Amino acid sequence: MSGHARFTDCMTRRHFLSHLAAASTLAVPAASFTTALRANAADLKRRHKAAILLWMGGGPSTIDIWDLKPGATTGGLFKPIATSADVQICEHMPQTARLMHHLAIIRSMSTREADHDRGRYYMHTGYVPNPNITHPSYGAVVSHELASELDDLEIPPFVAVGGASEGPGFLGMTYAPFVVSSNGDVRNLDANLDSKYRVRLGERMQMLAALEKGFVAQRRGRAPEDHAKILDKTLSLMTTRQMAAFRVADEPPSVRERYGNHDFGRGCLMARRLVETGVAFVEVDLGGWDNHTGVFTALEGNLLPRLDQGMSALVEDLDQRGLLPDTAIIWMGEFGRTPRVNANVGRDHWARSWSAVVGGADIKGAQAIGATNEDGTAIAEGSPSFTSEDLMATVLHALGISLDKSYISLNGRPMKIAGGGHVIEQLFA
Amino acid sequence: MVARALSGGCCSAALARLRPFFVASSAVILTAAPFLAIPALAAAEDARSSTLTATARDDQTTTTDEQIVADIDELIRSGWRSAAVRPSQPATDAEWCRRVFLDVIGRTPRVEELEAFWADRSAHKKRELVDRLLDSDQYVEEYARHFSAIWTNLLIGRAAGLDRRSLVNREGLEQYVRLALLHNKPYDRFVADLVAADGRNKPGEADYNGAVNYLLAAQDDAQGIQATAKTSRLFLGLQIQCTQCHNHPFNDAKQSQFWAMNAFFRQMRPLRTLDGDDIVSVRLADQDFAGEGGNPEDAEIYYELRTQELAIAYPTFVDGTTIPKSGFVEDVNRRDELAKLIVGSEYLSRAIVNRMWSQFLGYGFTKPVDDMGPHNAVSHPELLDRLARAFVARGHDLKSLVRWITLCEAYSLSSRLAEKKAIDDPEAGEPPLFSRFYVRQMSAEQLYESLLSATGAKQVLSEADRERVRREWLSQFVIAFGNDENGEATTFNGTITQTLMMMNGELTKQATECKPGSFLHEVATSDAKDDAKVRQLYLAALARQPNGRELKLAQELRRARGGDMIGALADVWWALLNSNEFLLNH
Repeated sequence: MSGHARFTDCMTRRHFLSHLAAASTLAVPAASFTTALRANAADLKRRHKAAILLWMGGGPSTIDIWDLKPGATTGGLFKPIATSADVQICEHMPQTARLMHHLAIIRSMSTREADHDRGRYYMHTGYVPNPNITHPSYGAVVSHELASELDDLEIPPFVAVGGASEGPGFLGMTYAPFVVSSNGDVRNLDANLDSKYRVRLGERMQMLAALEKGFVAQRRGRAPEDHAKILDKTLSLMTTRQMAAFRVADEPPSVRERYGNHDFGRGCLMARRLVETGVAFVEVDLGGWDNHTGVFTALEGNLLPRLDQGMSALVEDLDQRGLLPDTAIIWMGEFGRTPRVNANVGRDHWARSWSAVVGGADIKGAQAIGATNEDGTAIAEGSPSFTSEDLMATVLHALGISLDKSYISLNGRPMKIAGGGHVIEQLFA
Repeated sequence: MVARALSGGCCSAALARLRPFFVASSAVILTAAPFLAIPALAAAEDARSSTLTATARDDQTTTTDEQIVADIDELIRSGWRSAAVRPSQPATDAEWCRRVFLDVIGRTPRVEELEAFWADRSAHKKRELVDRLLDSDQYVEEYARHFSAIWTNLLIGRAAGLDRRSLVNREGLEQYVRLALLHNKPYDRFVADLVAADGRNKPGEADYNGAVNYLLAAQDDAQGIQATAKTSRLFLGLQIQCTQCHNHPFNDAKQSQFWAMNAFFRQMRPLRTLDGDDIVSVRLADQDFAGEGGNPEDAEIYYELRTQELAIAYPTFVDGTTIPKSGFVEDVNRRDELAKLIVGSEYLSRAIVNRMWSQFLGYGFTKPVDDMGPHNAVSHPELLDRLARAFVARGHDLKSLVRWITLCEAYSLSSRLAEKKAIDDPEAGEPPLFSRFYVRQMSAEQLYESLLSATGAKQVLSEADRERVRREWLSQFVIAFGNDENGEATTFNGTITQTLMMMNGELTKQATECKPGSFLHEVATSDAKDDAKVRQLYLAALARQPNGRELKLAQELRRARGGDMIGALADVWWALLNSNEFLLNH
């Protein structure tokens, strides 16, 4: 068969499909299950905004990290330190303290879901769980809304590093998170497809396309169609040069060291590389915050050093590369933890008053929004309180996404984007 | 009255019952297609059917399988009539055969199994196939493996036991469940075992009892909170975890009820034998509980109200039944008592019927399937009642439940939409009408076994090694959250990760490399004509014949391969295994 010599190892998807059409000797015309071929995707210049969510799985004890109460009985063991802004944070977050002029703390988050599954779903979607509808999560919403600006992106627009995030719900599996581990290895991805295999793969894909279409035409529901779309995405992933974005090991040792030699550090570094390449939403997971026992040892000995190192490296790196004005950063977990320390020197689930942190894009850092009372057991009198919907509305607004939009879920019901939350104006003043 | 085998039989039975009305409505019957006749006879049938159901309900002890299936069919049909929905046509024999193999023994049928079913001319061939899959020596092991995976995942999740520091011995639980299924242990005894189990968790140890691993997976908190929530949800279909902290926002469940149930678990203790930091052995036992007030004769627990005041709780079952307050195990073994109360409760049978129905039909009678109660509408309340009572009358026999469900009409319908638009659309949040078979993803376990079966390679590994390899493959899709709810997620369902695995993974490579001894090699090197070889591949993967266009495409591939038929067959096989038609249970 002719045409092998024209293959190179670094082939973009466009070239793959056009070769398929030309060189394949199958009489059946090349079945393409994508719409239009794109313009040259060689050096993608990111023109759109992006968001990075640092997800603290388990419910972090924000009263010990961002909103300390040193005098109170609920104050715990840590002391607050000064930062580069007019706020104080935990003494075990010194590197992040130097960068607080980029970040804003929302101290008056007040939500109602103190169960892990429900809390995670609610904070990711802006809606409480409902057995009849699966709502799309942050990443799915952002990639869906920015889709028209992502034409040149050949890797998934929504990536979850080290965790599963929440799904795309009624927006469909093409907006599902692509789940990877922080070491950058994607299992079953043959990065070095040789030319002979590529031609063969092309012919197999034609056969597969015919099968898929035939089955979809039998009208048995949505699942067959969803599968066909995912095949397309997968093929794209297998053939794109942009896969290099996942290769954290390509970074110089000094950079890798700055972020930290642990999963979270690598995950943050991958997030920077991914947004540089044009990914619209990256979620990086740091788990282990469900500290019902021994919260102070867990925080000081294990969680805060890693968080401090990875988060500060990310913010600083984005800033130095000029990416921060286009990248929103969100830090949060399912809920916070009880002001009262329990009998096992731990704190339990607490959704009534807790903190989240945002920064980057158009968000004004160097401030604390809202306040809790003296011992952290309630929102302070006179302080506004904020929900997941408000936080989501704020982030979407920072990304330039309109809040006037409503989605139509599968059963025809309109659902407001961000659950109809209100933008926290103070963050953009 | 015997309900005949399902394709078309039900309709003639319906017509037979209504003979007196036949003459009057004959004009309608003669011109309408079989299924459309049902709405035309609706009014007449309604009168008869309610008498029918009443009779069946009253006569439990002599109820036959056929009677129960007929009642299921009638109750589902009445749902169609109320919604004025036309059901889909019956599935083809091959579609039904593929479906029932997947759902009962966890893999697609091999070509010879499919052809045997086709060739079978018996009037009761569906019933006979289901019986073979459940009871024959040939298949009972596969049935037990399939359902032991389902139960293990339900009982402890997919991630439990994979961590080195875990208290759970996953293999121990799987073994316990598999043996229970092989011996067809009645479901009530199965549940009682799990709730009241004590002993060691690892096979081979003295006083090993695999069932303890169920509760050992719920020991992250020292107070049995997780165990309470999980036991209530799984076995009673009652979700009470919200009421740990406050009264339920929209049903009647109270915080006091949660803690009253939790009190049953307070004698339970996991006892670890350590060697340095490593857990050498774990024993689940019941020890005297002194009560949080320190008086073991009156062993109460305390819990905090929202007002931060303390309240008291003693063991009280969800229906209000109390047991003596003593914390001494000799006086009252609380978990033994709980097991008896659960097994005697009407919630038990309703929860398992709901769950099994959803296992086979894709949706249960409530959404979610394990959140039952006055706050959550039941789509087919009479049917749920009927099946629950039949299940109890049949001695909690799980295989009977499987028989009734697999032989009912709803399970025999095609997955093709009957109307232009999906009218019966539970995926969009509507209550299900079961007017067609709802297409769904195969589970990771079903896909694994189907790929192995499709590869056809000889079994060289020991049983233990085979299980280990399978567990490793399955674990690639599991992400554990590491929180006190043992939360976990899967990257298997319809994701790029799954597709990458299917396209490039080891199992697909093995299936398509055409090694001697493999199914593909056998087909490729046989004496049959090219078209017949392609036909074999289609039958094995999709349980159907290729059409003319597909045969032509295969011929094109052969031309593209320069005449290499074996290579072309490998390509066809690859495409078949990667297709939506293979991956979905339809």
